[in-house]
Amino acid sequence: MTAPPGTGFAGAINNTRRDGLVVVQPRMGFAEPSAMRAGLVAVRDARATTVGTITLDSYTRVGDLHSARTAVRTRTRLNGYPLCTHPDDTTRSMLSEVYGPGFPIQVRHGSARPGHIIEAMARIGLDATEGGPVSYCLPYGRTPLRSAISEWSAACDRLAEMSTPERPAHLESFGGCMLGQMCPPSLLVAIAVLEGLFFAQHGVPSISLSYAQQTQPEQDLEALAALRRLIDELLPGLDVHVVLYTYMGVFPRTRAGSSNLLDESARIAVFGGAERLIVKTVMESVRIPDVADNVAAVERAEREVRCSQQMRAAGRPPWTPSESGLYEEARTMIDAVRSLDPDLGTALHIAFRRGLLDVPYCLHPDTQGRTRSRVAPDGRLEWAHVGSLPIDGPRPAGHAVGAQELTSMLNYVADRFDSTAAAVR
Amino acid sequence: MTLRRLHVLVTGTSSDAHTWNLMYLQLALEEAGHDVTNLGPCVPDGLLTETCVRLRPDTLVISSVNGHGHTDAARAAAAVRYDPRHDAMPIIVGGLLGTAGDPNADHTPALEAAGVTAVLEKDDLPKLMRLLAEIRAAAPAAAATAAAATPAAAAGRELEGAR
Ligand code: B12
Repeated sequence: MTAPPGTGFAGAINNTRRDGLVVVQPRMGFAEPSAMRAGLVAVRDARATTVGTITLDSYTRVGDLHSARTAVRTRTRLNGYPLCTHPDDTTRSMLSEVYGPGFPIQVRHGSARPGHIIEAMARIGLDATEGGPVSYCLPYGRTPLRSAISEWSAACDRLAEMSTPERPAHLESFGGCMLGQMCPPSLLVAIAVLEGLFFAQHGVPSISLSYAQQTQPEQDLEALAALRRLIDELLPGLDVHVVLYTYMGVFPRTRAGSSNLLDESARIAVFGGAERLIVKTVMESVRIPDVADNVAAVERAEREVRCSQQMRAAGRPPWTPSESGLYEEARTMIDAVRSLDPDLGTALHIAFRRGLLDVPYCLHPDTQGRTRSRVAPDGRLEWAHVGSLPIDGPRPAGHAVGAQELTSMLNYVADRFDSTAAAVR
Repeated sequence: MTLRRLHVLVTGTSSDAHTWNLMYLQLALEEAGHDVTNLGPCVPDGLLTETCVRLRPDTLVISSVNGHGHTDAARAAAAVRYDPRHDAMPIIVGGLLGTAGDPNADHTPALEAAGVTAVLEKDDLPKLMRLLAEIRAAAPAAAATAAAATPAAAAGRELEGAR
């Protein structure tokens, strides 16, 4: 990947966007600095337009730095890189001659209280991360939403302060993913846009909004179009791009099934107009992927992106986007939330308390927990109960989802790809 | 003689944010006729021990999938066992306990040393059901009134002590 000197993550994505490229990125993180460095080098040198990722471990995420330190001392494996535990100089040398204008790197975590992480980034000179007051709270533990909102306000202010015109800090909303599965796309889009507005309110200069592949490509394309339209309408003139995540729920168990699901996400990225794609590997359902797994995934995704771009140039789209009123539904929720208070943080807090936003199957106590969703016979992800959301939809009395029904919905995508993969073999 | 219902405390570990595993376990255990309190994700040791003292569950099920479970569940079990009132309470651990894709059984010695009763593989749900059925069959009928008095969390989304 190439970008002019001094432009950081934001500048690099602007260049690839101008060149019509889709940036491919892994979700990679290892505890050992040498392994982390080897992974970053391999991703940089992969046959793909890549940016690097440092995914942090769960102890660092929840602020349990004591356990992170113990793990480093006893060489216990972690599920990511302990950025706040390794001495800054260790991280600087881990990054030296890898991280630079030609190869921007994003820190991905999942922390509702990210202050220590943002400070470490500032000290080390890392300029891009991921998060959000809602999307890094509800899926990531039991931190009260109110605390997450104030912590993320401060984090956004800090990112704005760290920015220079040449090197604006970048923040990506995780709102298009939430619990990884079973959240109807209109709500994912609404939360991502609301978080984008929150970031903008705090002066974050460069923003990306996510959307995770769900159960049906036609619906995903409708969602990406809605997201793009809402960005144009509500965040005009700002540096905002769209990032697609390969499926974030229960992953296929077969290699072929996993690869086919990855391929489908690359096609959705191209036909949905995403500027960046974050991939998953064939090891997703089994363990933390190693360097080779990650390189194979970014290279495979790149090949499929190029194929899809040729298909697009030839005017042969594989799917027609659905027309289910997804934009209108998302817009209604966004408008309802924005009308609650001029300060978006306050508005988001009230919205969850009143159930105007409510993520299906979320256990977090600061949500109403009344909404339910299901996979329709045609594969669309739809509302089974809209709770107090400000939209039309089913509000049945009774019906609770059982263990069997929940498992079959959670495994819908994995089963679809595993069974067609088995048929191909 | 009708067997009394078991009160099972289901919990995530201190660093683990995953909840679908917890929700699934709760539903499956309830459908098998047990009362379940679901403590939710990212449960600090203090909240877990305090809840065990307060609710005196018949069995503790610790679920972790984020790869830190082998350490976190051992620490949590040791903290629970510190209180002799929980000597007899079975502690069952399962999920995806390491990051390398190896069997959970690799971690059994360390977990047992910390006070865990059984370490199950991620596909061992039938075995979990069998173990709970055995615990239920062996449970003293005299405890029935005490157990009935502990209200299991309603509707599956009460996070004990979360607020
Ligand atoms: C959805 C998901 C998420 C969502 C979770 C949202 C939420 N609030 O739940 C999001 C996107 C937020 C997420 C985040 C992370 N995740 Co995640 N996630 C998944 C994913 C894709 C599906 C999990 C799922 O929903 N399963 C459905 C439930 C019903 O099944 P289950 O969890 O497997 O549980 C079953 C069995 O394990 C068993 N079981 C569970 N507990 C017990 C207990 C007993 C006693 C028994 C008998 C059985 C049992 O019963 C359940 C039903 O069958 C898995 C990969 C996969 N499986 O495809 C990764 C995965 C679990 N995640 C992983 C990781 C590492 C993380 C992160 C740390 C990020 C990172 N570094 O990559 C963070 C977690 C942060 C934290 N503080 O913990 C790793 C764990 C690696 C490992 N153990 O080796 C996995 C395997 C992905 C991977 N290959 O890297 N994740």
